[in-house]
Amino acid sequence: MANLATSFLGIRSPNPFWLASAPPTDKEYNVRRAFEAGWGGVVWKTLGEEGPPIVNVNGPRYGAIWGADRRLLGLNNIELITDRPLEVNLREIKAVKRDYPDRAVVVSIMVPCNEEAWKAILPLVEETGADGVELNFGCPHGMSERGMGAAVGQVPEYIEMVARWCKAHTRMPVIVKLTPNITDIRYPARAAKKGGADAVSLINTISSITSVNLDSFSPEPSIDGKGTHGGYCGPAVKPIALNMVAEIARDPETAGLPISGIGGVTTWRDAAEFLALGAGNVQVCTAAMTYGFRIVQEMISGLSAYMDEKGFASVDDLVGRAVPNVTDWQYLNLNYVTKAEIDQDLCIKCGRCYAACEDTSHQAIAMSPDRVFTVKDEECVACNLCVDVCPVEACITMRQLPKGAVDPRTGATVGDYANWTTHPNNPMSRAAE
Amino acid sequence: MTNSPLTPGVAPGRLPAETLAANFSDKAPAYDPHEAMVAADRCYFCHDAPCITACPTTIDIPLFIRQIATGTPEAAGRTIFEQNILGGMCARVCPTENLCEGACVREAAEGKPVEIGRLQRFATDSLMAQGGHPFARAPETGKRVAVVGAGPAGLAAAHRLAMKGHAVTVFEARGKAGGLNEFGIAAYKSPDGFAQDEVDWLLSIGGITVETGKSLGAGLTLDGLRADHDAVLLAVGLAGVNALAAEGEDVDGVRDAVDFIAELRQAGDKAALPIGRDVVVIGGGMTAIDAGVQSKLLGAENVTIVYRRGPAAMGASRREQDLATSKGVRIVHNAAPVRVIGNGTVREIEFAYTSPTPQGLALLDETFRLKADQVFKAIGQVLDGAPEALARDGRKIAVTGAGRTSLPGVWAAGDCAAGGDDLTVTAVAEGRDAAEDIHATLMAG
Repeated sequence: MANLATSFLGIRSPNPFWLASAPPTDKEYNVRRAFEAGWGGVVWKTLGEEGPPIVNVNGPRYGAIWGADRRLLGLNNIELITDRPLEVNLREIKAVKRDYPDRAVVVSIMVPCNEEAWKAILPLVEETGADGVELNFGCPHGMSERGMGAAVGQVPEYIEMVARWCKAHTRMPVIVKLTPNITDIRYPARAAKKGGADAVSLINTISSITSVNLDSFSPEPSIDGKGTHGGYCGPAVKPIALNMVAEIARDPETAGLPISGIGGVTTWRDAAEFLALGAGNVQVCTAAMTYGFRIVQEMISGLSAYMDEKGFASVDDLVGRAVPNVTDWQYLNLNYVTKAEIDQDLCIKCGRCYAACEDTSHQAIAMSPDRVFTVKDEECVACNLCVDVCPVEACITMRQLPKGAVDPRTGATVGDYANWTTHPNNPMSRAAE
Repeated sequence: MTNSPLTPGVAPGRLPAETLAANFSDKAPAYDPHEAMVAADRCYFCHDAPCITACPTTIDIPLFIRQIATGTPEAAGRTIFEQNILGGMCARVCPTENLCEGACVREAAEGKPVEIGRLQRFATDSLMAQGGHPFARAPETGKRVAVVGAGPAGLAAAHRLAMKGHAVTVFEARGKAGGLNEFGIAAYKSPDGFAQDEVDWLLSIGGITVETGKSLGAGLTLDGLRADHDAVLLAVGLAGVNALAAEGEDVDGVRDAVDFIAELRQAGDKAALPIGRDVVVIGGGMTAIDAGVQSKLLGAENVTIVYRRGPAAMGASRREQDLATSKGVRIVHNAAPVRVIGNGTVREIEFAYTSPTPQGLALLDETFRLKADQVFKAIGQVLDGAPEALARDGRKIAVTGAGRTSLPGVWAAGDCAAGGDDLTVTAVAEGRDAAEDIHATLMAG
């Protein structure tokens, strides 16, 4: 069985599955249950500065998007940072770390944007024996109205400044948690690196309104008829998270900066994808909140089996494997010509490919009176929509035309790799050689 | 209780009242809303969907299922009723495995079609439970149309004609409207008076008068109807019953399955219905299954359905055959009755095995006997009492186009008209289409 043990910034954990800073990691009770279930580490729910604790709303904190059979696809929350006293959290962190020395315990922190506040809290966290800190520059709701969370994460200069303060005032590794509510994720990541942060973690939740009640006209979740902008997470956000992780992983300015991947990780497969795009480990929240802590067992067995199959001895063998394959559009091979192909034995004759292609695409699928669907190679642009809407897996596949073949749609002969930069239609094209 | 399934002869009350109540409760209970959402989500919203093509009334099935899936089952109900005003009953009695569900691409994909019948019931029940009526009549046209027969074809036609603004009079031989929906299907397919509720709901569109106890030959003549109305639609069904052609069949205990089924449907107290300890049903259609299963549900110890051909030739669908055997009914294939034995009352019935030949079925020499306190004949119904003036096609009224008979101004629809497959849903389609043709004809002239 593959060895899943990881060392992230020198923080060891028996597997790369950590629980993200969120409700599941708010208390000793939950965290002990998580460790008993097999989680490799936790990022303790965000601590605020000393004094009267934060208060939360007393109505619903979550809104949801469901698929069929109420399968939870996306969750939104308006919960703030921990609402328990700082000293209680610190005492519990210390007790848990003492009892689970082999697990990672990182503490999330969010205090006002002045050096004194950070300088005051860091030693208190350090004293618990925690393995590191994560700076919460991500929460899009509530705290951001008070100049914290995403309000910091949206200003690269602030990120750099606070990261520098933290590095100056603690010996613990510093992870900066990034907000996705920004146009280009590379800027805050670069700022974190410039400030000396040891790693970034992303994504935090995405600003969202999950739904509107069409009777009361209140956004959901509704607090006395009003709603606010919450943070969206769960399976629905995974593609956005993967994209941002990849952007940072392949940015020359941040290449090599350790990344903790977060955002919709629900299965071992999701986790493996984050790792392949450059994350050194993953953090999970919504999946645990949906199904409970035991899901980590599936993540462990699944990743382990996959690594065995691929012959990966350690998680590091997988980390970043897909990064070189993320490129700019302009470098995609325009001589990679494919055509959709329908397997008539697998086809169940629903006609969804036909409707999609005929109504919304390129009129490249023919339908016979007895419902046989065939691809018209001379029309097919290989967009893949038919593959995506077909309800039968592997019924429609894309067949690559070999070099030297003639594309019946364009009449052009398939040649060697060639991209937009050298394409004759590109006014900026550079001659090859 | 004094009687049991072992009580000899024909006896009532073989089962306790609570067992009878359970036996005759809803065969396929209604979906609750969540079940309906999950079932609806399985629909692929096929292009030019095969289920629509397979539906005799051409209901836009993917659309109504999508309407359920998006939380508007009443809109789904309207989509159904626009094509099939008896969509509620059809949801309960259609052999969907041979129609929409048989054509469902998920049947091809995984052997488990979208449960269209149950979804249709959810939608139609939802809209009917809302109260009121979803359709309004067009302004009165001043035209009068007579519909003879208040079964599915006649009711569907009457509704469509009334909606178009015509004044409709429906003449019904029996004491109440509904036809086979009310008298001819198993009780567990339409419990709790659904058939009458549906008739009342259908008639609530207005413009329809129902006169019961009247039929051609019993108070009505075709000439009289033609003289008093602008158009006449015959939807008289098949009132006659085929004979067994077995020696000695005219003894007590041998009767038509349709009469037994009608009696059972109208019975207030099922415990009062006498049923044999040993029951034999002869035939292979839905009627045979309904009679056999209900005999068993009433407490008969042994029920045997005997059909002269093999399983594939049975008129009853595979699902219906499975239902019968699951209830403990035995189905014997390839045997035909040759002799009813009994002195004044049936005691046994003798069958000969059959073998198909190019000339038809041949009776083999080998015979067997079944004990029988009751024999139900379910070997098909025939047209009875239709006016001689109408041309025939085989044993039914000949029609062209949407139910036009050989006489101008006279249409025919449902089981009495040639063509079609004698299903409720086909009758509805024929009634509806004849009504449209009548409307077009009346308004053109």
